Amino acid sequence: MTLPERDRAVLALSDGTVEHGWAIGKKGLTGGELCFNTSMTGYQEIFTDPSYYGQLMMMTYPHIGNYGTMERDDEAPKVMIAGLITRAFSEEFSNPMADGSLQKYLERNEVVGISGVDTRKIVRHIRTKGVMNAVISSTELDEEKLVQKAKDWPMMKGLELASQVTPEEAQTVHADGPYKVAAIDYGMKQNIVNNLQERGCTLRIFPAKTSTEEIEEWDPDGFFFSNGPGDPNATAEYALETVNYAKDTGIPIFGICLGHQLMALSEGIEVDKMYVGHRGANQPVKDLDTGLVNITTQNHGFGIERDKVDEEKAEITHINLNDNSVEGLRFKNFPGFSMQYHPEASPGPHDSFYLFDRFVELLEEQQTEQAE
Amino acid sequence: MPRRDDIHKILIIGSGPIVIGQACEFDYSGSQACVSLMEDGYEVVLINSNPATIMTDPMMADEVYLRPLTVDSIKEVVKEEQPDAVLPTMGGQTALNLVSDLQKENFFDARGINVIGVNIDAVEITEDRQRFRELMEEIGIDQCKSRTADSLLDAKEIVEELGGLPIVIRPSYTLGGTGGGIVWNYDELEKKVLRGLELSPVHQVLIEESIYGWKEFELELLRDNNDNVVIICTVENVDPLGIHTGDSVTVAPSQTLTDKQYQKMRDQAIKMMRSIGDFAGGCNVQFAVEPGTDNIYAIEINPRVSRSSALASKATGYPIAKIATKLAVGYNLDELNNQITGNTSACFEPAIDYVITKVPRFNFEKFPNVDEELTTQMKAVGEVMSIGRTFTESLNKAWQSLEIGRAGLGADGYDDPDRKTVRQRLMKPHWDRLLHVRNAFKMGTSVEEVADITQYDPWFLQQIRHLVSLENRTEGQTLEDISKEDLYELKQNGFSDEQIAYLLSQTGEKVKEDDVREKRKEFDLKPVFKVVDTCAAEFPAETPYFYSSYEGENESETSDKPKVMILGSGPNRIGQGIEFDYSCVHAVLAAQEMGYEAIMVNCNPETVSTDFDIADKLYFEPVYWERVLDIYEHEQPEGVILQVGGQTALKLGKRFEKEGIHIFGTEFNMIDFAEDRGRFSNMLKKLDIPFPNYGTANTVDEALNIANRIGYPVLIRPSYVLGGEGMRIAIKEDELIEYTDRILDTHPENAFLIDRFLEDAVEVDVDAVYDGDEMHIAGIMQHIEPAGVHSGDSSAVLPPYSMSDTAIEKIKKYHEMIADEMNIVGFLNVQYAVQGDDVYVLEANPRSTRTIPFLAKATGRPEAKIAVRVMLGDKIKNFSKKDLTSTLEHWAIKEPVFPFDKFPEVKKELGPEMKSTGETIYFMKDFNDEHFKKPYEFKNMYLSK
Repeated sequence: MTLPERDRAVLALSDGTVEHGWAIGKKGLTGGELCFNTSMTGYQEIFTDPSYYGQLMMMTYPHIGNYGTMERDDEAPKVMIAGLITRAFSEEFSNPMADGSLQKYLERNEVVGISGVDTRKIVRHIRTKGVMNAVISSTELDEEKLVQKAKDWPMMKGLELASQVTPEEAQTVHADGPYKVAAIDYGMKQNIVNNLQERGCTLRIFPAKTSTEEIEEWDPDGFFFSNGPGDPNATAEYALETVNYAKDTGIPIFGICLGHQLMALSEGIEVDKMYVGHRGANQPVKDLDTGLVNITTQNHGFGIERDKVDEEKAEITHINLNDNSVEGLRFKNFPGFSMQYHPEASPGPHDSFYLFDRFVELLEEQQTEQAE
Repeated sequence: MPRRDDIHKILIIGSGPIVIGQACEFDYSGSQACVSLMEDGYEVVLINSNPATIMTDPMMADEVYLRPLTVDSIKEVVKEEQPDAVLPTMGGQTALNLVSDLQKENFFDARGINVIGVNIDAVEITEDRQRFRELMEEIGIDQCKSRTADSLLDAKEIVEELGGLPIVIRPSYTLGGTGGGIVWNYDELEKKVLRGLELSPVHQVLIEESIYGWKEFELELLRDNNDNVVIICTVENVDPLGIHTGDSVTVAPSQTLTDKQYQKMRDQAIKMMRSIGDFAGGCNVQFAVEPGTDNIYAIEINPRVSRSSALASKATGYPIAKIATKLAVGYNLDELNNQITGNTSACFEPAIDYVITKVPRFNFEKFPNVDEELTTQMKAVGEVMSIGRTFTESLNKAWQSLEIGRAGLGADGYDDPDRKTVRQRLMKPHWDRLLHVRNAFKMGTSVEEVADITQYDPWFLQQIRHLVSLENRTEGQTLEDISKEDLYELKQNGFSDEQIAYLLSQTGEKVKEDDVREKRKEFDLKPVFKVVDTCAAEFPAETPYFYSSYEGENESETSDKPKVMILGSGPNRIGQGIEFDYSCVHAVLAAQEMGYEAIMVNCNPETVSTDFDIADKLYFEPVYWERVLDIYEHEQPEGVILQVGGQTALKLGKRFEKEGIHIFGTEFNMIDFAEDRGRFSNMLKKLDIPFPNYGTANTVDEALNIANRIGYPVLIRPSYVLGGEGMRIAIKEDELIEYTDRILDTHPENAFLIDRFLEDAVEVDVDAVYDGDEMHIAGIMQHIEPAGVHSGDSSAVLPPYSMSDTAIEKIKKYHEMIADEMNIVGFLNVQYAVQGDDVYVLEANPRSTRTIPFLAKATGRPEAKIAVRVMLGDKIKNFSKKDLTSTLEHWAIKEPVFPFDKFPEVKKELGPEMKSTGETIYFMKDFNDEHFKKPYEFKNMYLSK
């Protein structure tokens, strides 16, 4: 029993903060906006969530990799995060159902990472200084050069990233049920597909920039606007056309995260970059319709403040109990609602699956009306 | 919904004396409940018979009833107080059962009294295995498959249905699981089924699918009136199923579950809590998970605050009992704030960024012939919790906290077992199984093999093997050549300086603990202190709750205020339990009153002293020299208080003195002096105070010589022990030899004492406070049992009931003489033996004792606080008359409680070694009272020689 050989790695933040650690995943250099997630389970789901595309993920729970990786936990066909930062990476794992170790998985997906970092210190740093870019490197170890690289890394604000993770071709997912839902995929998580499919929605998953004609041709009963990465204001430049088209059809619309932000933007509601985003699986959200509180999965660096919501345009249906931010909207000018957080969970609590039921109820009502 | 306005006065029921399985965690929950209700303006009435609790302090409730926990006394209290509601979920199963029994008579409903915090129906469902099973089936929760058999043939058929052996047999309606157990082969099956059928009064056995080796998890839930449910903490047992969770090593959060598995468990837990009733409060659910599958079985659900909720509160910082109480009086979770962050919602699930390890503490050495194998029946008497940024760090810290002489998980020079022993100890669960896992890796055993034998999840084993790899590397290094990076890595993995010194001594010269500390200083390696904040640093925290780790950033800012560091008493054990925590809490309060910032150091998650809102700063750390000194060096307090933390804290006195650190109160050399029988006896001789003839021995021969000189019977005891550990009475030579051998085995470094044993003497326990000028006698307690039964095991009566005035006067005089001669500042306890008018001094303890809280409750005086204030410089003359006047009208009796029912194989006898786990207080008017008559009649029955 000897200790494994390790390579050094460096984490450099754009404000000059530097931390040393050990290389994990692929050897190399990577960069992006540094964000943290407080979930204690579900690292693989997080790494494959397309909303994290281009971001450096720092997990606040120290031990990551304990149960290896398995195909069923992927939320997308590949790893989306640009890099990984942990406190105590587990190269060994114990899950007999796993396909392999997280190390092998990261190598296969060419993800550069660092372990052995005082992640709590960095969280506190970002919490006070605000979100910033960083680089991780296990090849170049010169602190100054790396800080410079972090400074030069493109800022998330104004960055259009959805087009990087949207599928190249439309694809249909059949379900045993009466509804046809057009899902505009800006980086949709697999568990959204699963939840809609389980509720009898046959999905046609369209690339982000699909023409409205092509969507119209499929003749959907409802629209779904998915989650996705990047600045919603940048994505809006091409996406609002589709959102507005959907609104004009008068059929039910459901949006999650980026989709929610696009729907809000289409109604003139501002979406701004947050000082520190919400990323974790323990955020309390109150459903103002029922008074019930759901523990939710969140992953957003842009958000809507309460006073930005015009009552004529939309009703706030859900609020975050920690900071009172807007978590859900019901629109007044079209039959649609949207959620800032991730009701599909994965990872995280299943408390909010009922929102998919709500969408299906809208579809059902519409069918009943049409039948009458 | 805000707080209920239709109720005003609430009765809280405590859990009574400390017993195995129900310990001081219910003082923590009861105290939190009291605080929680009082701050909301409710009138609180409390009943509990345990005087050693903080909850029974006058400040905790409007009315405190120190009465036996029986249906009758609750009826009396209800009659006197006319409460509007009763909260039974803070007092363990004791309180729930009492309320359940009363409700069967419709007692509360008939009086319009609300039972809050739980439905009594829920209690019934969860206690009735059959109803619980049916309910779980109804809501689609999987459990162990099982069926009852009325004959051997039946049983064999069921075994086939369940897919063969192993299976578990549970005879129906036998007490305490008698005749039950796991069956591995068909010969055994026949035997055990027949025996089970015979033992069962209804001639029936339950044949249950065996889930031996499955992983065990616990979830702590809170639900409000709006049906919102949150999971506060998930605990994973390192020990596989089959060992009581109280006896298992556990960690938080879960380490080996994927999110899909965890969320399935979470969904089920919520469903289960909702299914048993619609009450608002706390709940604990236990699950088994089959390794390598998604199969999850529900094991049980407890609709109350439990030991696990105490652990979960300390593990996450979330005050479960306090919030559960608020929910019980009508608040909803989203109306309450997270008290740790101050401004985020209490309706959330804590995210933690460290690893919690809980390790149980056992006391088997007190019970000769006890069956030490761990089973489904709890045997631990206490526990420690430790916090580290990684599992390895927290694991080593836990073993430093246990206070069993270990410097971590092995690597400290105590282990040299052979392969066979290691294998045997791995096969069956014992308290030290993790140590043997480490030993197995040290011998080169593979993770697979150890996993196969122990059924531990391999992840935990990989971590322990990593520790062994680090050990191996270090053994090849010397103090001179170890690099900063390697030393830092060892510290990050929780290794103590003592362990590192041992490892570095393997190749080179002998390295001492202090040398490693020096080396660390050279390298500038010292711990940082991180905050327990419920949110993984996502939000700023207001709570001063810290743990140490070796990392980049220190979060514990020190103030300019004068500070006092108070050392806690570590894990509960027989002889040192909640009574010391009581004094610790009062020491904190006294220090604060005197204008100090009070810093608490302790590692016992069941206690009130480790609540984040007691001290100004809480360090949840091992009461272990290195860790304590690290905190001292960081905080730079004016001094330390050691006299309230039992032997745990006192044992460190010598080292504090060596470092030149101020110890408040009586000078340490006097504390040491009291343990040195030679010097102490010389002092008594000088003062002309009688004491039994004695001698100090280091060998068997010396012991025999002394005994021949002073005459049999003799009392043998090692020095520096609490609770009479290892003490025996020998009436003849061969017994003396046997006991002496045993002491030399267990306490090789201590000299031991041989005292002439005073037959037929009455033993008297006296606690007092001395400030250098004046003596305040807290109480003179006369033991009903004869001298020879440990004072902690005796029924003690306050004030004395059959002693001459001459003897009492002598005692008072001697006490003051001793206090003056020893320059006592603060506590002084002396034990006397009285024969007629003759008074002999047995021993003196210049520290807080087990009896201090009993005296405080019996007399209504804040005895611990008085003593600590005096230690910090106050004078007795400054105290108000009220503080110094006893309210006791007749007699108070302290009655011990024993764990013999948990150890049926152990002989029920009492002697100089303490065996009781807890005590109750009872106030009596005269000596015709049963509580006095019973022990008095049987007083000579138990004495073991």
